[in-house]
Amino acid sequence: MQITVNVNGADYSRDVEARLLLIHFLRDDLGLTGSHWGCDTSNCGACVVWLDDTPVKSCTVLAAMADGRKVRTVEDLAMKGAGEAGGGRLDPIQQGFAECHGLQCGFCTPGMMMTARWLLDRIPDPSPEEIREALSGQICRCTGYENIVRSVLWASKHTGGSVASAEADE
Amino acid sequence: MQVPAYVEYEKATSVEHALTLLARFGPEARILAGGHSLIPMMKLRLVQPETLIDINGLGELSYIDVAGGELRIGALTRHAELLDSAVAGEHFAILHDAERVIADPVVRNWGTIGGSLCQADPSEDLSGTFAALKASMIIRGPDGSRTVSAREFHTGPYETVVAPGEMLSEISIVIRPGCGSAYEKVGRRVGDWPIAAAAAVVWLDGARGPGEGGAGEGGPGKGGPGGERISEAGLGLTAVGAPNFAAAEAEEYLCGAPAVEETFAEAGRIAAENCNPVSDQRGPADYKRHLARELTVRALRRASERARAACRSR
Repeated sequence: MQITVNVNGADYSRDVEARLLLIHFLRDDLGLTGSHWGCDTSNCGACVVWLDDTPVKSCTVLAAMADGRKVRTVEDLAMKGAGEAGGGRLDPIQQGFAECHGLQCGFCTPGMMMTARWLLDRIPDPSPEEIREALSGQICRCTGYENIVRSVLWASKHTGGSVASAEADE
Repeated sequence: MQVPAYVEYEKATSVEHALTLLARFGPEARILAGGHSLIPMMKLRLVQPETLIDINGLGELSYIDVAGGELRIGALTRHAELLDSAVAGEHFAILHDAERVIADPVVRNWGTIGGSLCQADPSEDLSGTFAALKASMIIRGPDGSRTVSAREFHTGPYETVVAPGEMLSEISIVIRPGCGSAYEKVGRRVGDWPIAAAAAVVWLDGARGPGEGGAGEGGPGKGGPGGERISEAGLGLTAVGAPNFAAAEAEEYLCGAPAVEETFAEAGRIAAENCNPVSDQRGPADYKRHLARELTVRALRRASERARAACRSR
């Protein structure tokens, strides 16, 4: 079947099987390997991307279900955050993970960051409890949760204007 | 790598269109809403539909509103939308209690209310919740719509009264004054199904409007802190093998009883006695029975506090 999905601002039309999962569409058909394919059972959250305006676990969504919708992946964080004139500046969430050692092996990081971005868009100044709750559907098998929470807190204190300005453009 | 088996796919453009597609593709077609139960089951080959009918575009099935004295929830409403709904929480705090502990925030963004109910998992939090609320399920089919009570909706594990060719379209709950409600769940970890959970809805007397029935009679004692009696109660139990997800014997005991600790304790005892938990990877049967009792007490306590607050604010 023919689907057209807007991924990170660009339309992609592909002929796919109805059973193709969104995570495989992104990674294998579009080559966007930033989103990770983890547990395959919607438990770990490594595959989290935005579908329209909310994070979803893309191992449990068919690519066909994204037809005519917008998808946002981790590849879009810096682009969106920096813009053409931003010199490739990272989103504050990405900066936070770098500053606070928010990743060890990095496998869970793309999903963590996409959900964290969504949280800060809704709640710009979250408490550590709110961060833990928002990320509770995502697993870090390095068990680096303390630093992940610190990273998101760091991002909430260093908005840097990049994201706000990018979203004002939309 | 887990992927579903080959399947045909149709995108419905309206409820009427979805019903037409269901009729055309027959009993091996399945409605695809959030897919957060169906797709994992397809990956495991526990279910292998020939055709998926995607209803995610049907805005007409996605709403939460109050009309005709009822709270109405469209079947395609996402869990996150119910959790965010002020009007749902205002009338039935239990809906927010339950939604807060269903799966995790990301799953709640896409999973749907109707999908959870039609999946009919014996551990589904919403099944006990809507049983306690004595909700009505509106089912659309080729011959129009029919209404089934929440307690008649499930016919067994993973089975409902929704026939091939039909689809759940709405859940509605009658709004009456003096109501308080609460949900108590114990799970192994965040996002998991409950080991056991209890749902309680109480209506306290003195809070009902004219012509809506009087207080119950014959219960022991003098009433709750404000002298209140329970005029009606709904009790739901999840994951402990309660018939129709309800604790009917305990409800009967509560009717007319004072809203005090002794009453809650006895209702918990009766509820635990009349459920049938089984030992599994989530816990042994006697532990689940203990939870059924204790969680019923806690849910009744909190529901009564909320009902009192609702009465005071009237």
